[in-house]
Amino acid sequence: MAEARAATAKLVRGDPGYPEITGRIASIVLAGRLPRAFWLGFLAFFLLMLLFLFAIAYLVAVGVGKLGIDIPVAWGTMITNVVWWIGIGHAGTLISAVLLLFRQHWRNSINRFAEAMTLLAVAMAGLFPILHLGRPWFFYWLLPMPNTHMHWPQWRSPLVWDFAAIATYITVSLLFWYMGLIPDLAVLRDRAKSRGAQLFYGILALGWRGSAYHWKKHQTAYFLLAAIATPLVVSVHSVVSLDFAVGIVPGYHSTIFPPYFVAGALYSGFAMVLTIAIPLRSAFGLQDFITERHIENGARVMMASGMLVAYGYLSETFYDWYAGTPFDQYELVARALGPYAPCFWVMIACNVGVLQLLWFRRLRTSMVPLFIIAILINVGMWMERFVIVVTGPAQDFLPSSWNTATLTWLDFALLFGSLGTFFALMFLFIRILPAISIFEVAEEAHEEGSA
Amino acid sequence: MSVIDRGHDPRLRAALLGGRSPAFWRSLDELADTPAFRAFVDSEFPRLAGRFAAAPDRRAVLKLLAASLAMGGLTACTKADHILPYVDKPADVVPGKALHYATTLVVGGYGFGAVVESHEGRPTKIEGNPDHPASLGATDAIMQAACLSLYDPERSRLPLRDGQPSDWSAFLAGITTLRAELSARRGAGFALMTGPLTSLTQAWLVEQLRAAYPQMLVCIHDPLAATGADDALASLFGAPTRILPHFDKADVIVSLDDDLLGDGPGKLAHDRAFAARRIVRDGARTMARLYAMESTPTVTGATADHHWAVRASAVPAVAAALAARLGVGGGAPGAAAVPDAALDAIAADLRAAPGRALVTAGAHQPKEVHQLAQAMNAALGAFGTTVDYIASPEYRPAGAVDVVGLAERMGRGEVTTLLMLGVNPAYDAPGDLAFADALRKVPRTIHAGLYVDATAKAARWHVPAAHDLERWGDARAFDGTASIVQPLVRPLYGGHAAEEILSALLGRYNFTPLEIVREFWRTEGGLDDAAWAAAVQKGIVPDTAPPRILFDARPIVPAIAAQPPSGIDVRFVADPWLRGGEFANNAWLQELPRPLSKIVWGNPALLAPATAARLGVATGDVIAVASGNARVTLPVSVEPGHPEEVLTLTLGFGQKDTGAVGKDVGTDVYPLRAASSPWMLADVTVTRTGDRARVITTQHHQSMEGRDIVRSGTLAEYVADPDFAERPETPASDTLYPPWPYREEAWAMVIDQTACIGCMACVSACQAENNIPTVGADEVANGHEMHWLRIDRYYSGAVDRPAVDFQPVPCMQCEDAPCEVVCPVNATVHTHDGLNAQVYNRCVGTRYCSQNCPYKVRRFNFLEYQPYGEGSASPLAALMNPDVSVRSRGVMEKCTYCVQRIERARIDARIADQPIADGAITPACAQACPTQAIVFGDKNNTTSRVSRLKAQPLNYALLDDLNTRPRTTYLARLRNPNPALAQDTKETPNG
Repeated sequence: MAEARAATAKLVRGDPGYPEITGRIASIVLAGRLPRAFWLGFLAFFLLMLLFLFAIAYLVAVGVGKLGIDIPVAWGTMITNVVWWIGIGHAGTLISAVLLLFRQHWRNSINRFAEAMTLLAVAMAGLFPILHLGRPWFFYWLLPMPNTHMHWPQWRSPLVWDFAAIATYITVSLLFWYMGLIPDLAVLRDRAKSRGAQLFYGILALGWRGSAYHWKKHQTAYFLLAAIATPLVVSVHSVVSLDFAVGIVPGYHSTIFPPYFVAGALYSGFAMVLTIAIPLRSAFGLQDFITERHIENGARVMMASGMLVAYGYLSETFYDWYAGTPFDQYELVARALGPYAPCFWVMIACNVGVLQLLWFRRLRTSMVPLFIIAILINVGMWMERFVIVVTGPAQDFLPSSWNTATLTWLDFALLFGSLGTFFALMFLFIRILPAISIFEVAEEAHEEGSA
Repeated sequence: MSVIDRGHDPRLRAALLGGRSPAFWRSLDELADTPAFRAFVDSEFPRLAGRFAAAPDRRAVLKLLAASLAMGGLTACTKADHILPYVDKPADVVPGKALHYATTLVVGGYGFGAVVESHEGRPTKIEGNPDHPASLGATDAIMQAACLSLYDPERSRLPLRDGQPSDWSAFLAGITTLRAELSARRGAGFALMTGPLTSLTQAWLVEQLRAAYPQMLVCIHDPLAATGADDALASLFGAPTRILPHFDKADVIVSLDDDLLGDGPGKLAHDRAFAARRIVRDGARTMARLYAMESTPTVTGATADHHWAVRASAVPAVAAALAARLGVGGGAPGAAAVPDAALDAIAADLRAAPGRALVTAGAHQPKEVHQLAQAMNAALGAFGTTVDYIASPEYRPAGAVDVVGLAERMGRGEVTTLLMLGVNPAYDAPGDLAFADALRKVPRTIHAGLYVDATAKAARWHVPAAHDLERWGDARAFDGTASIVQPLVRPLYGGHAAEEILSALLGRYNFTPLEIVREFWRTEGGLDDAAWAAAVQKGIVPDTAPPRILFDARPIVPAIAAQPPSGIDVRFVADPWLRGGEFANNAWLQELPRPLSKIVWGNPALLAPATAARLGVATGDVIAVASGNARVTLPVSVEPGHPEEVLTLTLGFGQKDTGAVGKDVGTDVYPLRAASSPWMLADVTVTRTGDRARVITTQHHQSMEGRDIVRSGTLAEYVADPDFAERPETPASDTLYPPWPYREEAWAMVIDQTACIGCMACVSACQAENNIPTVGADEVANGHEMHWLRIDRYYSGAVDRPAVDFQPVPCMQCEDAPCEVVCPVNATVHTHDGLNAQVYNRCVGTRYCSQNCPYKVRRFNFLEYQPYGEGSASPLAALMNPDVSVRSRGVMEKCTYCVQRIERARIDARIADQPIADGAITPACAQACPTQAIVFGDKNNTTSRVSRLKAQPLNYALLDDLNTRPRTTYLARLRNPNPALAQDTKETPNG
């Protein structure tokens, strides 16, 4: 029993040598013999991706009026999706950058795909503010771009901060991910059999030869980028939350939002990491690299951040009551009992109720229940964002204006289309690039003395 | 002769059978080779006539073919020959500067004076004519929408003969034949059907027709006609008479189911006079008091200090009970609908104001109620003070019948020729007349109207009528003052004025409408050229109001038989905007929320909450209403303050034959209407069908939720504490940002909620002025309506008898505007004079400003609502105000106090090197308001009207605790309840 625990506690299970590590991970990419199920899965998500493209074309051609929004609820699922996708991205940055700096070596086998997940999630998140616009073709007017049109951002607007935060985040995430990929790209270049693959990976590897000098520079740059990325974990979602906190709408106007949003981001992000990692490890036989300890650690982070989110709900409720304005108090009741009550209770059930199951270690380490819990938490977090976005304006100051937004086929097409696109790109990433960091796992194995 | 007729043409038959026909023929005309076809070819192609006669050879045919092909497109080139730019431009035309012309809009036969703004010959906006007694400078929603009807691309454009396109000269040719017949038969079998008529010129022409064809029949058809008042007054005076109430002289007013503020040809004048006695300023401590009994919720009941929901059939009993208390008539001590204590208090109040009291009765109420009202007025000394009588301005020749009489004669086959001018009886005649079927049996039917409506389709001939803005004519106001209808444009769609048709029937074909109208006024009206020019220019013909009739008759006191109510009654009402259906194709009116229900694009049956509960229906449930053989299914809408066991059914909807805008919107309830009792229907059967249908409204929540939104109090409270509306606990205004300096003007607005009657004229005016699109039923249902200005309506108190408050909400133009700080692209900015301007071209549509606006006054172009791109040929593009941008999809828009008018005044002031005078700028909403509840001006100028109003103790800012510091402020609503009915007012607290 004790032996078994020691074995699961190890980050690289069994006793693989470097060539084996390299071979097993690289072969997923280079052998190209992926199971039929992989391609069937890809096809399913690719179809959703086509739906996404159609929905975007329709939205741009016809107008945002085809979404369920109205006056007073002029923000709907597009903003919900931004916040949700950005949140998902956060886990990747936390795993790769923060845990790197804190020398949490257990991250090494999951950081690569977590980073890819971040990148793709932020790419999805970056699309939605543009799709949200009434005139999306003028999105660049939010940029401080000197030009003859004389338009210049209005710096007091949180949307400008938001735009800057997301743009920074996607740039840093991309650089960090690519920096980590370079040694592995070189491995793939060296192991590739076909000329095309050699060229493709060779160009991307930027002439990496693996010399000590290279490694030294690489480590410096990698840690530096990690140090730059780390504050982003806190700042990006804090800035996103200011879109709401700066507003005077009841349900938006709350100083708790920045930390509460960051906690929520990590919560949904780790839920998404588990949603991907659990099928990934079983599909590709990576149980030796993504061990139960990884999974359990992910569950623990979910617990911690989830409890913070629950605390956020509590304190928001308390302050709505304590503020003593009729608007906030009405909003408090309307959220739980008003037209959006089903969304609210789904959110509470998923984010607070289901989370409590993770107190049991058996559930934290059994894959199928954990996978289901992770999905439910993803649903709950989407609901949380939706509830925040729509309930405030739906019942704000003048009752004459109260109205609810609905959800149309386009809202669903864009949400599920973006999920499909995200996963389709994840599949392509797994096919083209090493989903697990070869050099870091090898390093890990070395430090654990297994090699 | 039509194609159908031609089928029996022996010549055609012979041509087809005789084998004499050419191998190919283009039309049955050519086949028959009739002289008519020859004549057509000759007139159309005179130069070809000779060639055509000679048999063409093959070469000539080929030449003609080639030429046809080459020149076929030339008809598309309509560039005028010999056009020249202005060298010496006309004296009064400055490109870019609007001109204003006085004219008259005719609604329900009566004239409303208007001043029309015209840009380079395009009428774009209607204002009231301050000199006209029915307008006094104000307008209603229907007047505002006249420009849209003018340009409506779905108006009738061509004369139709048996549904086939024809032309005006063919029509005149038909008239010639008709005249010959009419002369021969002295007019027997000929009937002229027209709407209610006050036009003196038309009346003059009809009189000439009656002289020429003595046996002809005149039918005055008005689906909204109510005979109660006419009968009562005729019984008193022996001649058609009209009552003229003076609300400005009345201290105590009792309305017996009379929507005096929202209906009738004198409503705008009544609104102004009523408001004058209600507004409390500075030292004043008095206001008029209004009691209203109403059988369906109206703005009058909402404005009243006390109102009771009384089913229409119970109003006579209430009138009798009140009359008995005033010593008029005997018996009838009580009426269950209104408590005895209330009747006692009302009677006491009336008696305490002799000569300053007034009782009015609703037009659709029976004769007896009107007689009782007159008797009460006589007892209260109202005659000559608060009530006058004049000879009715309506033309009603002796022997004229209504639609019922006409239908009878048609049924007996006595009508062989029916000329219908501007009426639509096939749609709006009472259902039990089956008029449309009867119409088809009349051999010769001629219809002139703005639309190819049900009557046009049933008639053999249809001629497009000219809109009021494109014809010459005249009309009289409710007080009898005549005014000229002056065209702003030549008929856009080839319409013809009724005068032209009547004149043609008299054998004068080449008279233009102007010549006809001018001739009448020269020969009969005694206007020389100078007087005519002055009348046209000023918009009224002076001294045409008939003299007051001295009241020396003894009022008749009828006996009222108490009828125990049974079953569910139907109360028919005219839609406030579509009226009987004549404006059904006007999208502005379809989409303008009804004052109380806020319903748009439909006419659900209104009913009381208690009745709905008893029937087990909720808003949106479909019911079937049956009476006799007639049955109508429509959704219901539950309305607070509606009398119990009554359904309000709204006329004017559900037309099958009109443009695409009005087609099949709502439900046609005319089939239920009975000719004998057009306004009330007793004891109908109501069943649930189990279906659901949508009821589209623009306001979904009716209560203020205890919030401090519409502040209101009683006159007594105001006298005791004038500052009652102030909230001292409001925190001082703190902001991070430095205050705005206003070196020039600081525009501001005050809205007096005591004066506001919720009539929606301002909303319609705003739409017309600011190029605000309509979005259609589906989009309103999605919450995408675009009105910049809305009137919120809140209910409070008991649900069966709620107090109603109206609050017009334009942009507040906040000093610390939440919208301005959150726009990422600087599209909403603070101007130097304090407006929250919206830069449409800069907006990318993040909608953050709307999210952050606590008043939710911003409107977003969710879709492309006005696709008038380059090269677009929609006539509606000409309707646009050139001073206001037409917004595209994805752009936020909002009220800017009509910034185009501000800038126009600023330019004029700069040219004159003068400061902008107070009152030089009037936003469209303020200009339209019949009660002048909206005042706009410069807050920096301490002597301006707006500054003085802001200094009033009743002044308050909406949601002032949010520190937005609005520029638009409100004057708290004052009510003047009867202290003797204190218990009664307690039921409806806080207004």
